[in-house]
Amino acid sequence: MTLAPETTTLKVQLRVDDAADDWFPVCDISALMPGRGVAALLPDGRQAALFQDRAGRLYAIDNRDPFTGAAVLSRGLIGSHQGRPFVASPLLKQRFELESGRCLDDDAVTVATYEIRTA
Amino acid sequence: MTATGATPTIVLVGHGMVGQRFLEALAERGLTATHRVVVLCEEPRPAYDRVALTSYFSGKTPEDLSMTDMAFIEKEGIELYVGDPAETIDRESRKVTARSGLVVDYDVLVLATGSYPFVPPVPNKDAEGCFVYRTIEDLLAIEEYAKAKATTGAVVGGGLLGLEAAGALKGLGLNAHIVEFAPRLMPVQVDEGGGAALLRTIADMGLSVHTGVGTQEIVTDDSGAVTGMKLSDGSELATDMVVFSAGVRPRDQLARDSGLTVGERGGITVDEQCRTVSDPHVFAIGECALAADGRVYGLVAPGYEQAETAAATIAADEASFTGADLSTKLKLLGVDVASFGDAHGATDDCLDVVYSDSRSGLYKKLVIGRDGELLGGILVGDADAYGTLRALTGSVPPVSPEQLVLPAGSGGGAQLGPSALPDEAVICSCHNVSKGTIRGAVTDHQCTTVPEVKKCTKAGTGCGSCVKVLGQLVNAELEASGVEVDKGLCGCFSQTREELYEIVLALRINKYQDVLDRYGREGARGGDGCEICKPAVGSIIASLAPTIGASGYVLDGDQAALQDSNDHFLANLQKNGSYSIVPRIPGGEITPEKLIVIGEVARDFGLYTKITGGQRIDMFGARVEQLPLIWARLVDAGFESGHAYGKALRTVKSCVGQTWCRYGVQDSVRMAIDLELRYRGLRSPHKLKSAVSGCQRECAEAQSKDFGVIATANGWNLYVAGNGGATPRHADLLAQDLSDAELIRLIDRFLMFYIRTADRLERTSTWLERIPGGLDHVRDVVVDDSLGICEELESLMAAHVANYRDEWAETINDPEKLSRFVSFVNAPDTPDPVVGFVPERDQIKPDLPLLTIGTRPLEGSAQR
Repeated sequence: MTLAPETTTLKVQLRVDDAADDWFPVCDISALMPGRGVAALLPDGRQAALFQDRAGRLYAIDNRDPFTGAAVLSRGLIGSHQGRPFVASPLLKQRFELESGRCLDDDAVTVATYEIRTA
Repeated sequence: MTATGATPTIVLVGHGMVGQRFLEALAERGLTATHRVVVLCEEPRPAYDRVALTSYFSGKTPEDLSMTDMAFIEKEGIELYVGDPAETIDRESRKVTARSGLVVDYDVLVLATGSYPFVPPVPNKDAEGCFVYRTIEDLLAIEEYAKAKATTGAVVGGGLLGLEAAGALKGLGLNAHIVEFAPRLMPVQVDEGGGAALLRTIADMGLSVHTGVGTQEIVTDDSGAVTGMKLSDGSELATDMVVFSAGVRPRDQLARDSGLTVGERGGITVDEQCRTVSDPHVFAIGECALAADGRVYGLVAPGYEQAETAAATIAADEASFTGADLSTKLKLLGVDVASFGDAHGATDDCLDVVYSDSRSGLYKKLVIGRDGELLGGILVGDADAYGTLRALTGSVPPVSPEQLVLPAGSGGGAQLGPSALPDEAVICSCHNVSKGTIRGAVTDHQCTTVPEVKKCTKAGTGCGSCVKVLGQLVNAELEASGVEVDKGLCGCFSQTREELYEIVLALRINKYQDVLDRYGREGARGGDGCEICKPAVGSIIASLAPTIGASGYVLDGDQAALQDSNDHFLANLQKNGSYSIVPRIPGGEITPEKLIVIGEVARDFGLYTKITGGQRIDMFGARVEQLPLIWARLVDAGFESGHAYGKALRTVKSCVGQTWCRYGVQDSVRMAIDLELRYRGLRSPHKLKSAVSGCQRECAEAQSKDFGVIATANGWNLYVAGNGGATPRHADLLAQDLSDAELIRLIDRFLMFYIRTADRLERTSTWLERIPGGLDHVRDVVVDDSLGICEELESLMAAHVANYRDEWAETINDPEKLSRFVSFVNAPDTPDPVVGFVPERDQIKPDLPLLTIGTRPLEGSAQR
């Protein structure tokens, strides 16, 4: 057990205010399972869905599925489409790009994205 | 033919299906470019699909029924006047005058005025509440009257359209009666035996059929509205409305008025070029024409052929219409009815081969000629073979006629694929498209899909009855010509599910990422996969877990990331983000103590409860963080996961069986429990449902299940590949009079063979229909062990049975897994505020004011 402590205690943070340099700590990186997501409750009541892909990259989008209103996007399966990562809603299976929030199945729909980092 | 030096003019009177086909034929021959084309249409809308008229009552809108592409009309420069019928024809000066006063000079006049419904001349036939069934406007009127004023309706006429009309009335919620003068339904198409099979099926649907009686008078009340009808047998039938559907007559009044010759029983007399015998400038096509063979054709296919003939004659091509095939295939009230060729055996020396099973409403008759050639036939109840049989008419079939009429699964039946057909066989009789033309569309015109072939050849765009055969032909031709048909599972894998199963089993690979990195498509290797292949491979790994050295627990290690959302939380996600819970109740047998536990849990957590169709109890409205608390109590009381969330065995229903029921011959409950406990947790390409009935009365509905068992005096009959739902299919009998051990061994083999060879999300019913050889092949493999794999299939199942563990018991004893059951990773104790409920009928339902894209209004939600 000689792991450097900083690698085991890396915190996942979300930028909750675009204007300010305001990073909100969510959880330990170990709480994220590659290929799946978790939901986080933000200080203003919004919900974010956080994902880690196989390569360890992190993404965060709004947790609310715009097609049903339910806060479930964090429970979807992730995959990649033309090299770009997406999550498929567990309800009606629409896919959302994790980097842009753009819905791949309906051009008119986009969900919010959040900047995410570990520190 | 030009009148006065100006552009020659073709005037079409009538814009129905045949009229529209005529316009298309003109365009195909370039006549729209060289001629002015004027269309006078009486109905308020351009040509629509009158054959599919009744589909208005199953949700099609008048727009859906339209056959007129306005872009085509415009592009071809056709002048279409809707709601403006031709009123007079002056043949001397070649002028047509329409109702609006429009006068058009013509060089060629084509009459396609169709027919009108025949209403028998009975007293009060025009009373309020009397209708005909011919146009969209008629349907709108029937619908309005039925909804406002009627609970009972009677249809006069038991032919094609009469049955459709009766079905429509029933669909509108009326008690429907059919009154037919002939001694059987559909007297023109079917014979006595076919009529009997049809009558039974129609009567079983709740329609009242009165055959062999005529209508003598419509009875009305003081206000003149229909209250009933008097029949020729002296009885009176109380009804609120009457729909006349007693046949049609050619609409030839306009022709009569202008001095054209018409037949004794109506119809404008034409020659083989569809030109009227009275005037070389005038043609008649479709139902208003009396063809050169002395018949008036009331079907769309001959009408189309006449439209082609007239257009070709005008273009000075050689064409003639000498008569047509009267073959028809229909789905009436859900019953397949088809007749083709010499259906009534009018040929000298012909013989019938008949299969009749009035218990299941099946009747099949083939008429065979002196030299063994197929002359015609009648199919009632199952007309799948229609496309092939009709095309074989006139030739000696490659297998014996009795094999062609026996039902699939009886051991003797033969399914003749379209590959058995000669190139000149007509596949689409509406548009007269041969098998050779369809093959040519693929080989010479590079069509690679059925829609492309339809567009190229018009095959399958008429009545649609040939589309199934068309699809088989197109695929066969594509494969034969070496066109790459990508059958890959998804964008990540070029292999089918079956191929991936073989890879995983043969190489003992138990990690999805290894499968992807070694066998995925070039660009997908090393990536994240997708939502299609991850659960599919996850399911294969779970099915084979003990054999390939994977954990049998789907949330273990890497497997957790592959599972669909429902499997990941071991519960069923509902529309507001809450979950439902279904504990296993094997065979539907449950003690009062366990019932009380379910009641207490549901009460304590405020869950909505409902009995399912599979004899279990579903509890709705649990938030994700409540799932472990609820399951701790259920597991404690002896319950285990019911796998309602998985593509896995769901339930084995049972009737109460021999133990209590005076009819039962075996202990169906015990067998259902044994089967459910044996196959519980088995991951498969799609969900699996089963049932066991204790006698032939079949109260457990086993024949609608993936595998169903029915008790006999000597043991058990095993039925497979049944389905309920949107595409119901009766299960096929796989084997009879099995002992307990034989039954279980056969089900082991059947399920493992299905799991091995099915596509992703392919139920056993579609799988059996798809795989080459169908039921016979499956029987060869699992009963006769033709592939020599039965031992392996059995050992795979034995490994599954030995390694089964309850997923929920496993989960609640694993703190690391439990930590995933939270709404928020950063606030494990906070419930998701979006999940809200409101009361309904003394229980809860989701609070969902939000089914549009936009911000969810949370105000007024009852939080819980």
